[in-house]
Amino acid sequence: MIAPTLVPHLHPPRTAPSLVSNVAVIARRELRDAIRSRWFLLYTVAFVVLGLAVSFVSAAGAGGTGLSGFGRTTAGLINLVLLVVPLMALTAGASSIASDRERGMLAYLLAQPVTRAEVVWGKYLGLAASLFASLTLGLGACAIILAWKGVRTSPASILWLAGLSMLLAMGMLSLGFLISVLARRASVAVGTAIFVWLSLVFVSDLALMAGAVALRLRIERLFALSCANPLQVFKMWSLHAVDASLDVLGPAGLYAAEEYGRSLHAIFAGCMIVWIVIPLLAAALLLARRSPL
Amino acid sequence: MITIHNVTMHFGRTPAVADASLDIAAGDSLALWGTNGAGKTTLIRCVLGLLRYQGTITVAGHDAWSDGKSARLLVGYVPQELSFYDDLGVGEAIAYFSRLKGVRTVAVAPALDSVGLADHARKRVRELSGGMKQRLALAIALLGDPPVLVLDEVTASLDAVGREEFVALLERLSGSGRTMLFASHRIEEVAALARRVATLEKGRIVGIEACSQFVAKLGRGAVLHLHMAPRVRERALNSLRQGGFVPSLNGVGVLVPVTPEQKAAPFRVLADARIPVDDFELVSFAHAAAMAAHREEARS
Repeated sequence: MIAPTLVPHLHPPRTAPSLVSNVAVIARRELRDAIRSRWFLLYTVAFVVLGLAVSFVSAAGAGGTGLSGFGRTTAGLINLVLLVVPLMALTAGASSIASDRERGMLAYLLAQPVTRAEVVWGKYLGLAASLFASLTLGLGACAIILAWKGVRTSPASILWLAGLSMLLAMGMLSLGFLISVLARRASVAVGTAIFVWLSLVFVSDLALMAGAVALRLRIERLFALSCANPLQVFKMWSLHAVDASLDVLGPAGLYAAEEYGRSLHAIFAGCMIVWIVIPLLAAALLLARRSPL
Repeated sequence: MITIHNVTMHFGRTPAVADASLDIAAGDSLALWGTNGAGKTTLIRCVLGLLRYQGTITVAGHDAWSDGKSARLLVGYVPQELSFYDDLGVGEAIAYFSRLKGVRTVAVAPALDSVGLADHARKRVRELSGGMKQRLALAIALLGDPPVLVLDEVTASLDAVGREEFVALLERLSGSGRTMLFASHRIEEVAALARRVATLEKGRIVGIEACSQFVAKLGRGAVLHLHMAPRVRERALNSLRQGGFVPSLNGVGVLVPVTPEQKAAPFRVLADARIPVDDFELVSFAHAAAMAAHREEARS
């Protein structure tokens, strides 16, 4: 039953919690919610199972020896990351703000002493941490399987792949947040995210190939257009980082290797940073102007 | 404590609040009264800095938009219905908001205790009844002893028992020196909690008066609260309008102001239109007027 008395003390005004404190509180909540949610479990299990399958097949093909085994594994893992990680990050980001808005949770949260920027940064960092956990679990399991099967792997390559996968996840998460702020409903946000994923994974590759042939694009323009797609940047950077030849990417890769050499790391890093920072900043600015209702 | 000065807010081209001005002194309790769409909730959302508006709103000198974080630190807010992550535990939920408000977590247990939820701290939010969820929202609002409480039709979705308990809880708070700004459709709630009433019509404040005066002006009539399924509410509104009534919607159904002679007439209109009514309540203005007069006497 209701307690008999409610004695207010009306304490003198406290100071509002700092930006860092609120961001940390919201991020922790978001991380906990993501880990408890079904999508996180589903994607993580799918990523681990597919990663293990790739590792087993590659290790078997390599006969348990030689770096060629890891070369094949790397190629398999890069393709796996290219498919799964953007889907995970885009849908997670897209549903974050939009579903909270739909349930009235966003308005209730913003009626507390928090700013809209704190909500965006907190949610972003929490989801980024959950993606980091998922990727670490997936790639870590693959590394353990490869070591157990006796395939010599370079720890640096695994670390490069994990780091670049995380950068790709953060870029896609930013894009997901932008979609989430723009969409009125969670279902529209997730639908748009899946459409963007399909466009980035399949359509842009085909469009680039068709455009190169039909418009007779110059090789430097083809490389520049490839850098506009974060998935292409991830693919080129991963191959470059694990010391694989960019020849496998065709003339554009060959041109990039010859023209830019060691400075390719800086170019790819710049592209990724743009993909992480710009959509997230746009999402924060838009949320500051739009109604949370 | 709360100053609202020439506030205007539009949804598209439609003005939801038009040139509203109000001063609410520390310790005052002001009710926003009006039909659905009159602008009560919109004005509350402007005070919370959720909607962008033209004009000025300050809470203890802090601008509600540009210094919203500091303003909201002084405000405890209870919405019409608590929207929450349903799988969160009650204790977890209140601890989360205590951190956001900068209140030490040792304050969580007393806050739950103060609204009678101490025994439910281990339950999931989804396991709570509507009334319990509202009490949880009140416990969250009271964290850190904010000097201002803002309530938006907090009993609209509660049943009669839940509503009575909740209003009793709020009554104890209203005389405690806190400033209260609340929107309500229910005259008995206004009579129980408000010192003054601001009436809104189409986004404009058309009158501010003492609660006892406001209730006395309503005369001998009553408000019929008709509870009905959401799918038939629009049809009921149309039928009642055609029958010469001035109905409005609230969280559980339709409100119809009636004179003492026509208390049964809305039922005939709805029966003719084959619109089922699940339940009803009749709240007489005379009872509310007596309640308001009694409270005013007690204060003086």
